Amino acid sequence: MAGQSNPHLSIFSAAEVEFLAEDELIEIVPNMRMDALNMICGDFGPFLPQIATKVPLWLAVALKKRGKCSVRPPEWMSVDRLTLVLEAERESPREFQPLPFHYVEMSKLLFDHAPEDIPDIYMVRSLIEDIRDVRFHKVETGLETISGRTHAVKLKNLSAMEVNIVRPFMVRALQAFYTHDSPEMIQQPESAVNRRPQVVDRGPRRDLRPR
Amino acid sequence: MVKPSNDAVIGLGAAIQRVKEMESPGRSGVRGQSEEEEAMAAMDVASDVVLLKKVWRNEKAAPEVLHFEAGLIQRAREQIQLLEETVEELIEIRSDDIVVSLYQMDLDRALFLLRSYLRIRLQKIEKHMLHIYRTHLWNRLSEQEQRFAKRCLDIMEGHLERSVLSRLPYGYQSMLKQSISSEEDDMVPQTQLDTFIFCKAKEQYWSFPVG
Repeated sequence: MAGQSNPHLSIFSAAEVEFLAEDELIEIVPNMRMDALNMICGDFGPFLPQIATKVPLWLAVALKKRGKCSVRPPEWMSVDRLTLVLEAERESPREFQPLPFHYVEMSKLLFDHAPEDIPDIYMVRSLIEDIRDVRFHKVETGLETISGRTHAVKLKNLSAMEVNIVRPFMVRALQAFYTHDSPEMIQQPESAVNRRPQVVDRGPRRDLRPR
Repeated sequence: MVKPSNDAVIGLGAAIQRVKEMESPGRSGVRGQSEEEEAMAAMDVASDVVLLKKVWRNEKAAPEVLHFEAGLIQRAREQIQLLEETVEELIEIRSDDIVVSLYQMDLDRALFLLRSYLRIRLQKIEKHMLHIYRTHLWNRLSEQEQRFAKRCLDIMEGHLERSVLSRLPYGYQSMLKQSISSEEDDMVPQTQLDTFIFCKAKEQYWSFPVG
């Protein structure tokens, strides 16, 4: 089915995560006059020249594409703030700094559609890329510590895109560890029902599901 | 990420029971993360589209088919229809192109959520129709979904009967049992509920029972 992510690979596709991020509110400064919009997702406007107003990101992008507004980048998207975040990310190898849950998607959308509204865009862009890299590296090193005894992993301040990328791998890795580590799990292959349809040839009857 | 123990369905209890400060696709959707949404929804008097987003996310993340949100879906349909009519009127009175296209985008976003929600459910039903048909899950389906599932089941049954089962030796001809000696129906694929999940805590927890 078009537009649907494959549930086996990932619960949410990147496009779907972006879709969710597009509902984040952002401030714009319109350069035209337009009545308020009463939409399904809420009421926005009225839009008056030079009067800032808050709209969802998708609406901001749509107006921007038509040259009807300029976007005010969110506070956290400044060189000063991001430099601090990057430093802190580098200093604490095990912790993640608080950033907006959709910082990856939001910054991508703004870079793509409103580059001229972001001061020091080259700097900001490279800072965000660095932050992403540092954070993702932490996630990857974190994965190495997973073992059969891992029952829970705490990931404070992880963002939407980051979680979405590691989720399928992490869940399956933990499942695999769990299955192989506990002998009784092998006897109760509830988890194997889907994976091993060929068990049938092991004799006339075999319990697929323990009761 | 928590050790598989009881069923890892989405749901308030489950989420809280499982993980600590797991930041995770909270908004992008996690298994077991409905709570944060609920708070959000409660805060801004839950517009239907916010609710729809929540049920969409939950439905996507949950391995099992969840209760059909009849009321909500009905309301969403009505709103969509209303907006469609408005858009047509706007086109007729030749109003501003930009206003029309913005409304159209809003409409498309709502439609996407609605369609995706219904499709995920159909996918789940197709995958586990036998299990759903034979358990309490059946009551979670809408009337149309039940009709769909029933027809699907009939077709599948007929197909298996004609193509395979009728040619198998006596004792192996059931669609539900591996062989005649099975005491229970052990050929019904079920959803895997015993698994690790990601969830995002709404509040801070200092300690947390896991497993």
